[in-house]
Amino acid sequence: MICFIVNISLGSVSIPLKSVFGSLFGSIENSTWDIIINNVRLPKAITAILVGSGLGISGLLMQTLFRNPLAGPFVLGISSGASLGVALVILGSGLFGGLFATVLISKWSIVIAASLGSLLVLLAVLAVSSKVRDTMAILIIGLMFGSITAAVVSVLAYFSSAEQLQQYIFWGFGSLSNLSWNELLIFFGIYALGIVLSIRSIKGLNSLLLGDNYAKSLGLNIKQSRIIIILATSLIAGTVTAFAGPIAFIGLAIPHLTRQIFKTSNHKVLLPAVFLFGAIVMLICDSIAQIPGSDYTLPINAITALVGAPVVIWLLVRQRKMMF
Amino acid sequence: MKKDTSHIILKTEQLSIGYKTKKAKTVIASNINIELQKGQLIGLVGANGIGKSTLLRTLIKVQPALSGSITLNTKDLESTTNLELAKQLSIVLTEPLTSKNLSVYELVALGRHPYTNWVGNLTEEDITIINNALELVNISDLKDRRCYELSDGQLQKVMIARALSQDTDVIVLDEPTTHLDMYHKAYILKLLQKLTKDTGKTILFSSHEIDLAIQLCDTMIVMRENNVVCNEPCHLITEGVFDSLFPKDLIAFDKTSGSFRVT
Repeated sequence: MICFIVNISLGSVSIPLKSVFGSLFGSIENSTWDIIINNVRLPKAITAILVGSGLGISGLLMQTLFRNPLAGPFVLGISSGASLGVALVILGSGLFGGLFATVLISKWSIVIAASLGSLLVLLAVLAVSSKVRDTMAILIIGLMFGSITAAVVSVLAYFSSAEQLQQYIFWGFGSLSNLSWNELLIFFGIYALGIVLSIRSIKGLNSLLLGDNYAKSLGLNIKQSRIIIILATSLIAGTVTAFAGPIAFIGLAIPHLTRQIFKTSNHKVLLPAVFLFGAIVMLICDSIAQIPGSDYTLPINAITALVGAPVVIWLLVRQRKMMF
Repeated sequence: MKKDTSHIILKTEQLSIGYKTKKAKTVIASNINIELQKGQLIGLVGANGIGKSTLLRTLIKVQPALSGSITLNTKDLESTTNLELAKQLSIVLTEPLTSKNLSVYELVALGRHPYTNWVGNLTEEDITIINNALELVNISDLKDRRCYELSDGQLQKVMIARALSQDTDVIVLDEPTTHLDMYHKAYILKLLQKLTKDTGKTILFSSHEIDLAIQLCDTMIVMRENNVVCNEPCHLITEGVFDSLFPKDLIAFDKTSGSFRVT
């Protein structure tokens, strides 16, 4: 909550804390400030919460499902699929001619392209994974799809102009801003659906901690719960990537951070804790990215790793033991 | 030998086990006809690679039978759903736990999953059963310890407690004595024997500890190259079943002591 207020009160236009509260609770003192708060900073803070908690939760689901501490929300090729979609729109637009290009590169087209891309790669992974019995194989298949799409992107990049390349790279930096209330509503809807599915999977996730065979002996329908978990992850991570770009690190690090702090693998504790931590860390990272008191906004993707990685390293070194 | 059928909890008829791929069928053992009686401790022995684990995996429905039938509590195993099965049969496997970052209590509590609601909340009754299971195995003092802090012997006891808390008629253990020293091997098997007496559960385990199994089991299943025999240990000794268990060049079965001797 504190992080939320701090985040809102920071930005390139400095607004006193009192007015921030005033604006949040309806009394208008300064109409410009009010517009900034309500239409820029509030949506951005909410986006940060959704992005942070969403990525954290999908990372947690993937790590448990794949029994692999290196898994993150993007192991299924979701971010690479989104990158492919966006690359096709931005980098490929040169191939369709100038006029068409300007129509294509609107924000919605990027969001749609990212969603379609991740959906497509995900469907491919799901189709293959329903055929294989081993959970590890799905992990490798996801990584392979990632490599394929990354290769396609680099081929596209080779043939595109410097400007297009720059635009694509900017998308890759990730951004929490520029979401209107309408977009936020769509974002939230899909996100909420994914969270509901995750909560439904808590019990299954806990029995998966014993291993597939034990989980099955406890009456769990492995195949079905595996699909629900993958679906939840892809809904959450897919929308996050579509709206905020491929934000790295959070999904991998937050679950570890939470496990180290709470010293448990019980998902009934972990899921809400990861939700909270993800949101807090994202808000802090975004506040730092604003560089309080300056006009610059750094790419959020760089900040999450710059701030988060040392924290995780420090935690691991201090505890000397990986919790999983 | 054959008694009233109501005593029989698990029964196989003309069971054939092995692995099936699209192209080929590898039969590991066939013609298995065994009947397990309620409340008994049953040991499954045989040489390495003879198919003990495959038989157990088939009985607990981890892998399908090639042919024949398995009947658990008068119901065909094929038509039993996973959840129904979870309330009748629990397992202890040799495979390592995916996560050892759980407390002993949490791990044992996972055994209640088939009975709890969708989010896995424990009722008063569940908690009584869990504590009871911890007590039966004598590990109540370990309940707040993390699984990665435990020795192999302790962890095996925890896994048995987990199976107990699942409150099933049958518990199947795959080689519960591997990685344990001589004392703990005897301890675990003795514990299993005590559990069958105290709780009336049927416990089936596979093991290489033939000497111990002969002394402790009510019934033994002996898997050999050509056939699978199921009988009381003393009958199996007089019938000379153990003599043909292994190749005769190194060790031989001594009928008077009921154990193997180096020749």
